[in-house]
Amino acid sequence: MTTRNNGYLSGSILEKTLRAGHFTVTGELGPPQSADGKVIREKAALLKGYVDGVNITDNQTAIVRMSSIGAGTIVVQESLEPVIQMTCRDRNRLAIQSDLLGAYALGMRNLLCLSGDHQKFGNHPTAKNVFDMDSVQLVKMVADMRDQHIFQCGDALKGQEPRFFIGAASAPFADPIDFRPYRLAKKVKAGADFIQTQLVYDVEAFALFMDKVRQLGIHEQTYILAGVGPLKSPGMARYMKNSVPGILVPDEIINRMTDAGKPWAEKSKDDLTKEDKQARSEAWQAEGIQICIDLIRQLREIEGVAGVHIMAIEWEEAVRHIVEGAGLYPRPSVA
Amino acid sequence: MIVAERKSLDEIKSLIADAEKVLVVGCGTCVTVCFAGGSREAQITAASLRMSTKLDGNGVDVSDVTVQRQCEWEYLDEIEGQVKEADIVLSLGCGIGVQAIAEHFPECWVVPGLNTAFLGLPSEQGVWVERCAACGDCILGLTGGICPIARCSKTLLNGPCGGSEAGHCEIDPEVPCAWQLIYDRLNSKGKLHMILDIQPPKNWSTSRDGGPRKIVREDLRLAAEE
Repeated sequence: MTTRNNGYLSGSILEKTLRAGHFTVTGELGPPQSADGKVIREKAALLKGYVDGVNITDNQTAIVRMSSIGAGTIVVQESLEPVIQMTCRDRNRLAIQSDLLGAYALGMRNLLCLSGDHQKFGNHPTAKNVFDMDSVQLVKMVADMRDQHIFQCGDALKGQEPRFFIGAASAPFADPIDFRPYRLAKKVKAGADFIQTQLVYDVEAFALFMDKVRQLGIHEQTYILAGVGPLKSPGMARYMKNSVPGILVPDEIINRMTDAGKPWAEKSKDDLTKEDKQARSEAWQAEGIQICIDLIRQLREIEGVAGVHIMAIEWEEAVRHIVEGAGLYPRPSVA
Repeated sequence: MIVAERKSLDEIKSLIADAEKVLVVGCGTCVTVCFAGGSREAQITAASLRMSTKLDGNGVDVSDVTVQRQCEWEYLDEIEGQVKEADIVLSLGCGIGVQAIAEHFPECWVVPGLNTAFLGLPSEQGVWVERCAACGDCILGLTGGICPIARCSKTLLNGPCGGSEAGHCEIDPEVPCAWQLIYDRLNSKGKLHMILDIQPPKNWSTSRDGGPRKIVREDLRLAAEE
């Protein structure tokens, strides 16, 4: 690794926290489907002090939202450190590089490189997709801009290079499952400094994945943050298990969520009052947060797990409870 | 082969509105094999239009003819007389056929009767699937004969995204994940090492992205002159 900035690749808080060996916490902030910067400020306030960096999603699930870099600029103003997400779905190599030059100039220091959800799932399913590059190639392009001082075409940058702390995603339980550690290895070889995984609910399965990751020595070349997220209801748990590719939810967790709603289980749907539903929802949410805390404690024990990435999109207030509950508050100061 | 399917009768009728004399032109090659625009389909389409316009009260004079290949001038020459007599030519060829007719008979008005879909093959009776994206720089030698450009929904070159589940693509349970197929095939041949190297960004200039494409074979041009 080439390093500058006193030995740091980017000098970001996220990088420094990981390098210092602290068990690291990142969060996620979904920009609004509007031009309202206030929404970003409010969400940032909920996360500030509880995470070492916050991912700003890039038109997640292919639904048009405020841009990651635009929202990230507001997050920087709020003294929280953004992790810009960049997908290959909406931009070609020209647009990606140019946007990243701008993002760096605006103060962004962390970047997560993704393929991007297919536009079929979003609100513009008739759009043309780009996919000029894939996420592995994107990682390499950004690493080359930083370390080789070149654009993807090979031309030299003329001046300050963007020095991002470069991240990539891993889906440990997606198929073909045997290939997943190798796909992760490719991303690390391409230059991924950190990895955020898809949501983990099955710690046993994740531990097996990490066994293979350690055999390949990948955990020594990158920082792996395990993805976690609080469940809101048993229905959400079942939906994740049955309908979201690459997410395993053990029955034990579904049962815990179901049991949390037991006091209301004997009433028929029509008999449930508004207050009942409110109380049940709060009981489910409390259990969802507790499960998340328990998962973090277990994941922390796995060798090679450098931290957690808490995905609580549209439920940002849950993050402080999770971080406090997991004994990860206050966050270390590395500045 | 080029795979196509016929447009709805309503859309075709809107395309030929105002014409009194219509010539339906079938094509004897790809679209015959995929049962979209061969001689049989040309006859059926012509008969349907005659009947339907008659019911609408404006009975249009519709005839049909099928040529061996709409994409070659010499076959189009055979129907010059019929084309000249028609107000509108309804081509049941692929998009190439429609354009060949427009180019060869500049005075005629030609409209498409098919939607040209993709380059593919019949996987079973009545089912056609896409296999080639004509990217102009074939990489099948790297991927065990399975094309991620045509068959991966994101045209990924370095392995499957997180949306691969139980062999299918997240966009549709009916769509096989190209990278699962590639993985299985390379695995069965002991060649998994082939997908461990990082594939660089593709050169799309040989694809449509480089503008309309053209191939010139000087050897054949010289032979034609001799």
